[in-house]
Amino acid sequence: MSKTRFAKLVSVMVGVLMVAGLAAGCGGGQQADVIKLGANLEMTGGNATFGQSATNAAKLAITEVNAKGGVLGKQLTLVVADNKSEAAEAANAMQKLVTQDKVVAVIAPIASSSVIAAAQVNADNKVLAISPTASNPKVTVDPNSGKVRDFNFRAAFIDSFQGSVMATFAQKSLSAKTAAVYIDNSSDYAKGLGQFFQETFEKNGGKIVASEAYLAKDTDFKSTLTKIKSQNPDVVFVPGYYQEVGMIIKQARELGLTVPFLGGDGWDSAKLPEIGGAQALNNSFFSNHYSPDDNSAAVKTFVEAYKKEYNQTPDAFAALSYDATMMVIEAIKRANSADPVKIKEELAKTKDYQAVSGLITFNATHDPVKSAVIIEMKDGKQTFKEKVNP
Amino acid sequence: MDSSSLIVQFGQQLINGISLGSIYALIALGYTMVYGIIRLINFAHGDIYMVGAYAGYFATSVFKFSFVPALLFSMATAAILGMTIEKVAYRPLRSAPKIAILIAAIGVSLFLEYSGMLLVSPQPRTFPAVFNAEIYNVGGLIINSQQVVILVVSLLLMVILTYVVQQTKMGKAMRAVSFDTDAARLMGIDVDRVISFTFGVGSALAAAAGVLVGIYYNSIDPLMGIMPGLKAFVAAVLGGIGSIPGAMLGGTMLGVIEALVSGFWSSTFRDAVAFGILIIILLWRPTGLLGKNIREKV
Repeated sequence: MSKTRFAKLVSVMVGVLMVAGLAAGCGGGQQADVIKLGANLEMTGGNATFGQSATNAAKLAITEVNAKGGVLGKQLTLVVADNKSEAAEAANAMQKLVTQDKVVAVIAPIASSSVIAAAQVNADNKVLAISPTASNPKVTVDPNSGKVRDFNFRAAFIDSFQGSVMATFAQKSLSAKTAAVYIDNSSDYAKGLGQFFQETFEKNGGKIVASEAYLAKDTDFKSTLTKIKSQNPDVVFVPGYYQEVGMIIKQARELGLTVPFLGGDGWDSAKLPEIGGAQALNNSFFSNHYSPDDNSAAVKTFVEAYKKEYNQTPDAFAALSYDATMMVIEAIKRANSADPVKIKEELAKTKDYQAVSGLITFNATHDPVKSAVIIEMKDGKQTFKEKVNP
Repeated sequence: MDSSSLIVQFGQQLINGISLGSIYALIALGYTMVYGIIRLINFAHGDIYMVGAYAGYFATSVFKFSFVPALLFSMATAAILGMTIEKVAYRPLRSAPKIAILIAAIGVSLFLEYSGMLLVSPQPRTFPAVFNAEIYNVGGLIINSQQVVILVVSLLLMVILTYVVQQTKMGKAMRAVSFDTDAARLMGIDVDRVISFTFGVGSALAAAAGVLVGIYYNSIDPLMGIMPGLKAFVAAVLGGIGSIPGAMLGGTMLGVIEALVSGFWSSTFRDAVAFGILIIILLWRPTGLLGKNIREKV
């Protein structure tokens, strides 16, 4: 018993030493002919569909690069660890990837809370983690010290950007003078979007005539919608998730509230038109990371390749995960080394990289500065409306 | 805001509140009847409402039933489920301390919720449109045909229930059991059958509420019973637990209060106000609004 425990301890210590050795630039730990990338993703649990898309896309990216001869003359492999959609499991999965599998970089969890839980592990082991989708500011900036997390990156734009994009869209493209904001009060995501929408809208001379809130799992919104209707706003901003948003828009249309409804990437689900009804959703818009209908070359190539491989249209999770993986591979190429610290340094220098979800440049806090896409719902279908640059 | 638009808004909130309240009332009836008969707060009641909604969903989407057959099918399914739960989980505990049966009820509630997630997946489902929502505009007030259906079906079921309890032999037996179980047994009433019947009727009413909600809000999920179950419990206590007219009054009041609070104040205070009113009423009238002030038997 104690013998095996001792053996385990030794093996863990050796693992740590080897990673430390890598970090110091010796480069001795990596096996000769393959470069391992890790994926710490939601394969099971509540966010399983998101994790599945992200894993598919990461695999696609690696297959494509390998088909062209790999990087540094070596083939890439993806080691997938399931974090079960839980923050504590995400930290465990990260531990396994960096110490046992000795990956050189990790495509890190979907959910912000899981990324934050695992951040200490990859930082201690000096391996970068890039989250495809986490949008909370704390993912790349430690809230306690206010310092940038040196080894954390993301491929998605952050909440504040989405909120202000929608405010600008409402004022410029829909010529809205007044707006109502209706927020999911149980979600930091919705609150953040609502706050930045309001700030931008007011800064540009608009007026917020009603500011209301609901809670996730509510089903009756008619009373509040009646109140919002009596204030006659030009647009209503509902930055929630699809389940409640669908019911809100359905009930609003039943009450005769015909003005445009606006929202964020939480609307991106095939369930939205099912719940809300195709007719009711007309004249509503949301911001997203990419649209499969976008005519740019990068999007077209990616959508075709993904459809060929998995026989379905890639969602935003897939697009962002593909971008995250490709950016890491680019960084390995530029670093001309599989040394995790050098990869991290090169990734931070990413500038004007043509990704599926737009032209990406990392700012000082490792957040991408890139364009957003506005999607319009037309008869239950998502259609590409316009692209908004930062 | 000028006064005429204020009146229109007030009327609109009343309509919103009454259609929400009649749902609460239907669920509250089951709580109140079961409590009246065996002094049990049946915490699994909200989940029977959920099962009813799913039965209605499968009846309309898989068996392609129209509204009335689907409603009856769902009510029958829930009645059987309610009677089974009573027989399996509550009857063996009837002579046990009250707390044991209460905890059994919480267990049944969690059992239904999580087996629901296992069987039908935790994802919300969209209820098929059984009939189209016609929207009527009456002098600025907007009324939806679904709201009318909810109100009519609820009223109809409540009238039938009142008739059953007041006029039929089974109703008389129910009242006798609720008044004094042992005396009723001595008079030759099959108490087990009466209790089983009560569970059946209460569950059927909850299932009807589930189907109506499914049609009205268009989305159902395995945890949908938790909040309405709690609210209906509050409604039952508000009106006077054990009293059938009390449950109807409590349910409607709760719906209207919620609508007015979110319409004229803020939706975030809605639940706080609803539960606050409950506490005040309990302090002022511990038996609820229509409850009789009789001491509980020992």
